[in-house]
Amino acid sequence: MTSSRQTEVRISASNIPVAGKVDATFAVVGTPNCGKSTLFNRLTGLKQRIGNYPGVTVERHVGIFKHAGQSFELVDLPGTHGLSAHSLEERIAVDVIFGRMSGTRSPDGVIAVVDATNLYQGLFLLQQLAELELPMVVALTMADAADEAGISIDTEELSKALGGVTICTVVATSGQGLGKLRDAIADLPAAAAPHIGTVWPELHRAAEVLAARAPQPIRIAEVSRLLIDGAIDAKDPVLAQLGEDSSEALRKARDELFGIEPPLAHEARVRYQWVRDKLQAVQKQAPRFANWRSRITGFFNQPVPGTIGLFVVMAIVFQAVFAWATPVMDLIDAATVALGSLVTSQMGEGALASLISDGIIAGVGSVLIFLPQIMILFLFIILLEDSGYLARAAYLLDRAMRMVGLSGQSIIPMISSFACAVPGIMATRVIPNRRDRIATILAAPFMTCSARLPIYALLIAAFVPAQKVGFMNLQGLVMFGLYMFGIIAGVLTALLMRKTALRGPKPSFALMLPEFRRPNLQTVAIQLLGRVRVFLYRAGTVIFAVAVIVWLLAYYPRLDVDSAVVTEQQLAGQTLTVENVAAARQLEQSWLGRMGRFVEPVFEPLGWDWRVSSAVIAGFPAREVVVAVLGTVYAVGDDADDATLSGRLKAAKRDDGTPVFTFPMVVGLLIFYACCLQCAATIAVIRRETNSWRWPIFAWVYMTGIGYFGALLCYQLL
Amino acid sequence: MKCNPDTMASLKRGQKAVISAVDAADPLVQRLMTLGLVEGALIERGCAAIGGDPVEYRLFGSGISLRKEQARSFSVADISVA
Repeated sequence: MTSSRQTEVRISASNIPVAGKVDATFAVVGTPNCGKSTLFNRLTGLKQRIGNYPGVTVERHVGIFKHAGQSFELVDLPGTHGLSAHSLEERIAVDVIFGRMSGTRSPDGVIAVVDATNLYQGLFLLQQLAELELPMVVALTMADAADEAGISIDTEELSKALGGVTICTVVATSGQGLGKLRDAIADLPAAAAPHIGTVWPELHRAAEVLAARAPQPIRIAEVSRLLIDGAIDAKDPVLAQLGEDSSEALRKARDELFGIEPPLAHEARVRYQWVRDKLQAVQKQAPRFANWRSRITGFFNQPVPGTIGLFVVMAIVFQAVFAWATPVMDLIDAATVALGSLVTSQMGEGALASLISDGIIAGVGSVLIFLPQIMILFLFIILLEDSGYLARAAYLLDRAMRMVGLSGQSIIPMISSFACAVPGIMATRVIPNRRDRIATILAAPFMTCSARLPIYALLIAAFVPAQKVGFMNLQGLVMFGLYMFGIIAGVLTALLMRKTALRGPKPSFALMLPEFRRPNLQTVAIQLLGRVRVFLYRAGTVIFAVAVIVWLLAYYPRLDVDSAVVTEQQLAGQTLTVENVAAARQLEQSWLGRMGRFVEPVFEPLGWDWRVSSAVIAGFPAREVVVAVLGTVYAVGDDADDATLSGRLKAAKRDDGTPVFTFPMVVGLLIFYACCLQCAATIAVIRRETNSWRWPIFAWVYMTGIGYFGALLCYQLL
Repeated sequence: MKCNPDTMASLKRGQKAVISAVDAADPLVQRLMTLGLVEGALIERGCAAIGGDPVEYRLFGSGISLRKEQARSFSVADISVA
């Protein structure tokens, strides 16, 4: 926003609303968990765009609704209980409704969506929307659930209570009632604004008095909102519109209205009194009898069965992500390799062929490999969320999470990060408190992600003896230990952050617990596709770029192959192919190899030689690259067979003849990998979710630092 | 105001009650009021999570979970047996 003192107004291109061929813009507003998104998807189909509101990470869903020859723009707003904003999402919704959001058109009408089974909270929102005096239509969703619960709603009475708006009962999942709703929406531009009368006469009067001061006409509803929850801050845009020196008038009006009672409390009392009065006339409740479904949910709502059920569900998800994804991942891997060799065979040797097969195909392949895991994970998360189960999980685990300074809602992102931190961090959106959210984002990369497995497996197989300890295998035990190490490190990090940099009020916890619902498959599919698109675009661009760069560093400068072979005397007697020798020598004198030599002194206290250092550096964009680079460096070739590579690692010697991979060094290396943040995709997603560079840089420095010192301590002390 | 020892936090599972007074000093409590927890509202205490906290309550057909420290701000009366 520009202040009135500036003479030049600059609007970036992205802030100019696209003047498409729409007849009107409507805001779709509703309470959370009422099936609004399903309804929105049904009305707009796939003709919707997902973006971001300017400057924040809140998603913006806009779609086109066509009916009766007309075309309307629908803006799906975040669910909100009322017009006093308690979270970032709700603030955005209110800004859009009042036409204050740059880049989004001021709505010409409102499509209000509330749950028919929860008219009590719904009416709180509906009365405020009716007071906006914009043409409005009300959609009562979950009509089938209401019928089943014995709730009957008198839509005539309801319409009267809200000042004459059209009421449509719908079942969003099946489409029942949608025809009437579509007609009603198409009629909105011609519809009269509702006249709800005064729910709260004193507020209305005070708002009118204040509004009279304004030189330009101003909406009464905005002034009412200012009276209740606006800060007496001269920079407040609404206050500024009221004219000079209105702060005093505002303060006086508030004192008169509320006295010492908190304004929000007074608002709640007055409005819910109205709600209870109207509900008497509008809703009748028949006696309810328990059926098998309510008995089951009743059983699982109890603490012990509920918690056990939760662990079972988490185990299933975990297993599914690891096991089910593997066949598809192998397929993608094979396809990548096949494509790569196809390119090499068609294009021969040469920079371009290598760039395409070793750089681009291998690079893009390493991103696509994640896709099956991410899709499965997101599918589960979307199903759990849409069915209402995730809210219950957060509620059950809240106590445990509170001990580390987080709230129950952090548990799902942290679990997701075991597969891959990228979707895990994206899943932190459900956490309303920003400090909690950042603490969770910082803890997530510590969870042993699937990319760490190849390195762990390689090092454990090579250096941990396969002996029995009790009934467990020592190798398995070490792997389990590494997993626990990750969890503990992550949790301690969150705790530490919450006590220092992210210190703040203890996270509150008040959750609406929605009833269990059957998720709508079409909605799930649309959400899933949306997430996949975002992942491919963001992670793909970053990793793609990095893969090309790493390729460049390893390819140049070129070594003359013949001379490498001729001078390779120390390999006499060993059965290595010419290509492997050439590859190893090429790497040694490439930019990457030179970088390895250059940083060798830094990593010497950790017990690493230049080869290990180059492999680690190459792995910084994406951990998995390390195994391949280690293979090349130790002259076994790119597609290393583990047994051979293990043997090579065990036999590796420094220039002075001492072995490189000693026990302390290996432990240090494992610790390094458990801690360091070697994943460009994770950094990119942290940047996106926190909307600044501060946190990804901090996470990288912090985690790599801990990894370094951990490895240092291990090597020096053991 | 008479000191009412019975609050939402002291209800037992299955008990119904009417909210009689709300201590609205805490902004978190004000937030809960906007969700419908005001004087005159009829609530029913449901189950709690392991450890007794947070607790689920039913309010006019929807479920809401609060921690005990917030529940203590809501005094109740007309408590009926489960």
